[in-house]
Amino acid sequence: MPEDFLPIAVLIILATGLSFTILLLGQIFGPRRPNPRKGSPYESGMRPYGKGQRRVPIHYYLIAVLFILFDVEIIFILPWAVVLRDLGIFGLIEMGLFVAILLIGFVYAWKKGALEWD
Amino acid sequence: MTIPTNYFLALSGVLFILGVLGVLIRRNSIVILMSIELMLNSANLAFIAFARAFEAHTGQVLVFFVIAVGAAEVAIGLSMIVSIYRSRGNIDIDQISQLKG
Amino acid sequence: MTTADLNVALPFIIVAAWACILLVIDLFIPADRKGLTALLAVAGMGFASIPVLLRFEESNRAFNGMIVQDGFSSFLQLLLLGVGVISVALAYDYLQRRKIVKGEYYTLLLFSVSGMVLMAQAGDLIIVFLALELLSVPLYVLSGFAAKSNPESEEAAMKYFLLGAFASGFIVYGIALVYGATGTTEIEAIHNVLISGVSNLGLLTVGAVLILVGLGFKVAVVPFHMWTPDVYDGAPSSVTALMSVGAKAGGFAALLRLFLAGFPEIAANLAPILVGVAALTLIWGNIAAIAQQNIKRMMAYSSISHAGYIFMMLPAIVDSDIAPDAISAALFYLFVYAVSNLGAWGVILALERADGGGLSIDDYAGLGERNPGLALAMALFMLSLIGVPPTAGFIGKFFLFRVVLDANMIGLALVGVITSLISAYYYLRVVVVMYMRSGDPQVRSERWLNATLWLTALGTFLLGIFPGPLLNLASRTGLFGLVP
Repeated sequence: MPEDFLPIAVLIILATGLSFTILLLGQIFGPRRPNPRKGSPYESGMRPYGKGQRRVPIHYYLIAVLFILFDVEIIFILPWAVVLRDLGIFGLIEMGLFVAILLIGFVYAWKKGALEWD
Repeated sequence: MTIPTNYFLALSGVLFILGVLGVLIRRNSIVILMSIELMLNSANLAFIAFARAFEAHTGQVLVFFVIAVGAAEVAIGLSMIVSIYRSRGNIDIDQISQLKG
Repeated sequence: MTTADLNVALPFIIVAAWACILLVIDLFIPADRKGLTALLAVAGMGFASIPVLLRFEESNRAFNGMIVQDGFSSFLQLLLLGVGVISVALAYDYLQRRKIVKGEYYTLLLFSVSGMVLMAQAGDLIIVFLALELLSVPLYVLSGFAAKSNPESEEAAMKYFLLGAFASGFIVYGIALVYGATGTTEIEAIHNVLISGVSNLGLLTVGAVLILVGLGFKVAVVPFHMWTPDVYDGAPSSVTALMSVGAKAGGFAALLRLFLAGFPEIAANLAPILVGVAALTLIWGNIAAIAQQNIKRMMAYSSISHAGYIFMMLPAIVDSDIAPDAISAALFYLFVYAVSNLGAWGVILALERADGGGLSIDDYAGLGERNPGLALAMALFMLSLIGVPPTAGFIGKFFLFRVVLDANMIGLALVGVITSLISAYYYLRVVVVMYMRSGDPQVRSERWLNATLWLTALGTFLLGIFPGPLLNLASRTGLFGLVP
């Protein structure tokens, strides 16, 4: 069994070896003439402004957390959609209940103002 | 060529131990949260591997539940970390120790 | 799925659905009328107790064995719903005093109780995991409920969350290994596979140990107890009261059912470890409590030691002759501990000041003169927690120790008795400070708080004198359903 993995091992060794060799060659032969222009962050040709690490409004985190919560529910909906025809009306009612419970959470978040931007 | 179940198990065991070590050694609460997720996902890998070996669906269904619960935990954890960062400007768990013990 | 299935799961469905509805209703209740939310939460738990009472003696399986109902579950559900109602009564005034009145408190409490109620009925490892998370996640949030004004509450929530999630990781991995060894997650089916011979006993044992570690974190037994004092100290006291009783009862429900109905043979192999954990918990919990000056920290270590007393039943259930007695002793003790402990927390809540002071044991000086009723109640709760006759705690401990002796674990029984004597030192210190020293404690008197104190004090006293009916109930429930 282990010998089946030999090609993978060869590939890993070749890939790492090659990338290190190229980096090494660049280090040895490449000219190094740093200037402030080169050191500045690349912003698609625009002149960069402000600091690289800006503070993000705390509100983004709230939206992100809400996104995680509602996003993950897809994993229940997707398999359900695949077998919907076999489940029939019963499956539809079940999913209706599930979405209703999600909606309760949504209504709560909405009413609490978690979705307002200011 | 199919990969034997034992290989999956070995990988999931290694991931689980890495997760446990991460929780015990690292001091940044976000990294600890990630390590806990690693523990949960190593269990998911084991579930999937067993489900494939038994050719049964129970294990796969379990993974859905673990993922959903994991997301809920992350949401709670991130909110707490943000709240602590706002009040203390630091998320190192050694700094969060007004309570002794 | 049939209506019969739903019927069996009715107590959980009522509490969970009610929590969802209350979440929305609460949005339309004005901020100065949050008492209404509390009342509605109590009503929900009251409704949920009706199906439990109606079908108390029945044994049912639903959802292909995922949800089971038997005397064990009914007893625990009744206890847990009662604990939920009492924690609402304890919280009502406390939240106003600490200025953290929010309707979400009661909703989260209801969600947590629904998790506990589900845990009592869990017949499948998936349900054990889901119920455990449903029980814990609201508690993480509740621990941080006073975070705005009190950074310690925030810290407690963070610690509880990180260690709780860590423990969940262990439980999930343990479940994965058990599933791998037996090919099923249903607790009874695991036992059937185990009897007919498992090819991979090692995998099953490791899985069982991982689940034990995870649940050990949740019920706080040594060496997985480190979080307890900090979390109990930092969390709002009304939350701590719920945590110290509800979360423990939920954890023990899972432990007992799993190790008795799922893999008693594995428990027999692990018996030395189980005995060691119980002895360590008893010794460390009781000795560390002596050094505490803060009453909340003292009660935290006291709760660790009581987890140890109940944990003594785990190695005892190995012997199938003793198992019914062990289960009924554990159920009875959980009940008695819940009553006395909630009472003691009620007194702590009555003395805690709005600024978070009044929690040192020295602050209890002079309580005997200023407020004899409250001091008497506190003395009663302390005596019950020590296990002095004629209080309820004595009867509870008596049956625990008798089971331990029946199981021929004389060493463990000795450790239990000696540590009970040690515990007398720190519990009685509170009584001595109350009566022997003079001081001027500020006591908060409020309708619901006083009602709770009356109820628990009466319960502690009456259960000590007439333990018969409850004991009968606990032993009957232990005999059907759970024991194979």
